[in-house]
Amino acid sequence: MATLKELAKRDDLLSGGHRACAGCAMTSIVRQILLVAGKDVVVGCATGCLEVTTTIFPYSAWRVPFIHTAFENVAATISGVETAYRSLRKQGVLNKEMRFIAFGGDGGTYDIGIQALSGALERGHRMLYVCYDNEAYMNTGVQRSGATPFSANTTTCPVGECSTGKPQFNKDLTAIVAAHGIPYVAQTTSAHWRDLTTKVEKALNADGPSFLNVLSPCVVGWEYPSDQTVQIAKLAVDTCFWPLYEVENGKYRLNLIPAEKKPLDEWIKRQGRFKHFYKPGGEELLAKAQAEVDRRWERLLAVSEKPQKQSK
Amino acid sequence: MKIVGLTGNDAVAEAMRQLNPDVCAAYPITPQTELMEKFASFAADGKVKTEIVLAESEHSAMSACIGASCAGGRVMTATSANGLALMWEMLYIAASYRCPIVMGVVNRALSGPINIHCDHSDSMGARDAGWIQLFSENSQEAYDNTIQAIKIAENPDVLLPVMVCLDGFITSHTVERVEVLDDEVVSRFAGEYVPKYSLLRSDRPMTFGPLDFHDYYFEHKRIQFEAMEKAKPVVRDVSERFSKLVGRPFGVLDAHKMEDAEIAVIALGSTAGTARGVVDELREQGKKVGLIKLRVFRPFPIKEIVELARGLKALAVMDRSISFGGLGGPVFGETRSACYGAGVNVPMVNYIYGLGGRDTTFEEIERLYGEMETVAREGKQVDAIRFLNVRE
Repeated sequence: MATLKELAKRDDLLSGGHRACAGCAMTSIVRQILLVAGKDVVVGCATGCLEVTTTIFPYSAWRVPFIHTAFENVAATISGVETAYRSLRKQGVLNKEMRFIAFGGDGGTYDIGIQALSGALERGHRMLYVCYDNEAYMNTGVQRSGATPFSANTTTCPVGECSTGKPQFNKDLTAIVAAHGIPYVAQTTSAHWRDLTTKVEKALNADGPSFLNVLSPCVVGWEYPSDQTVQIAKLAVDTCFWPLYEVENGKYRLNLIPAEKKPLDEWIKRQGRFKHFYKPGGEELLAKAQAEVDRRWERLLAVSEKPQKQSK
Repeated sequence: MKIVGLTGNDAVAEAMRQLNPDVCAAYPITPQTELMEKFASFAADGKVKTEIVLAESEHSAMSACIGASCAGGRVMTATSANGLALMWEMLYIAASYRCPIVMGVVNRALSGPINIHCDHSDSMGARDAGWIQLFSENSQEAYDNTIQAIKIAENPDVLLPVMVCLDGFITSHTVERVEVLDDEVVSRFAGEYVPKYSLLRSDRPMTFGPLDFHDYYFEHKRIQFEAMEKAKPVVRDVSERFSKLVGRPFGVLDAHKMEDAEIAVIALGSTAGTARGVVDELREQGKKVGLIKLRVFRPFPIKEIVELARGLKALAVMDRSISFGGLGGPVFGETRSACYGAGVNVPMVNYIYGLGGRDTTFEEIERLYGEMETVAREGKQVDAIRFLNVRE
């Protein structure tokens, strides 16, 4: 495992000058992943924030081979690249060792791309799929997705006279992926650099498909000041809304148990998308959201190995 | 060379075995299924070097094909009807990324209602996706077209995907006499695919599929248009070279008894075979009739069609697909437009036929020629669209 000092000396494989928003977590996720992966990778990308902000023709921020084809199919596209690699290696045409990484947002992963993802996982392609989960269709202006949390305000389920935002809870995609029985599945965030880079290393070394669900706070959609991205991501973990855990060869392991589990309110109140939680009737929404977080956390505790030390 | 009995599906699978692609990604659908089953058995027996991706849908199959092609592999696949429709989005992307993928399209009616039998509504709907489209009259031509398709697709001036169309069940499931070339002859003819760019060159990283706005997109489409124009001489050249190899004539179309013909029919696919028989019989009766069999629909052989239409007294265009609310089927629209622009104002009738696998017999086509005699005699344009063998 590389230290921060070592990682900092490596080449940055996503150049500056891309058009991502100030405070966007997505590009810091990508940069951390590429620091671990190195240059012998092929990156696939679903249509979404990452693709549109990094590849506006005739420019590209990518210093590694990159392919985008469409929205719902990055898992299928990269599986084709990986298959060509295997074929050419088998024939002795290619001798280099390479890795394959697919990036999709939550729209391209939880929703429209879940079929292609499931198919690619089941077929066993050796690839790392990374979902940068910003909890809505941010690229097209904050429409709700299967990853949008309960009662968040979005442009397609707006808070109104008869609406308190998204009526449903977010889909537990990490569990859905884990159910495929692939070698390595994990959840992390943009802000936990050691956790993220350790997981990337494990994922890239897995002999088969691997999957990372990375929480990616969004300044525009979550409505918070652009200098608070790291804090917001950390609060999601400290409130147990987004636990850091991994499923390695079927074994669940919690990577962090907060010494003191903070109330969900501490994460919710920092974000404009939940501001109706603090109007009359909002206590009920908060209680319901908290109950679901507790239920999922208890379930995870029940099935997981615990870390040796608890964080402070 | 050996002579064997093969179905159309077997014939395409056999050509694929000989072309030995690096990757094949596919999803089963009737009537294409046996084609992929046959090819999968070649892979299972180690007769090809191909890595197969058994995708969970046609959309993913074509996506994987594009990924593999951008990684520098020779890529082939096959589908039918609804499978082709599910690929729709990716067909355009394959063509615009200049992926020389070759795909067997076993023509089947596009739902609804659901129907598994032959018509051309699937591939005709995809005519503007940017793929070259070859149509096959029989199993032999399905085999021949598949081999030529790779050579056309991978030509550095072209680099476009190619559909090799064959009629579902009529051709795909009928055992016919097929002349199969020796493996070495096919390998030598096809050559190796040498990709200009590859995703696997991490020493020369490239971005495939960037966001392309109004400042460049139009130019890229213009270049794609030129690639299709450049495909015209390449198709002709490959046809000639393949002709020399097998000793049978090939062209963008087959003009049968057209030298002094006064009445002609344009058809593609298996119906062309039936029409050829009708022409031969009518010729014995002294009637000046001919047949234009279209082998290449995209790029459309405008000049060749116009030259053959010039001097005719009547021309019937057979379409095995329908354009609702349009001015006839796709073959008719192209043909009439080409002729009008060249000052060839021959009375022309569009016959919509065979939808959903409706049988099109020798007698039906004979009757069609009879009707065209009346059109020729009257010498003027009549009702443009007629339906062959349908209950009114």
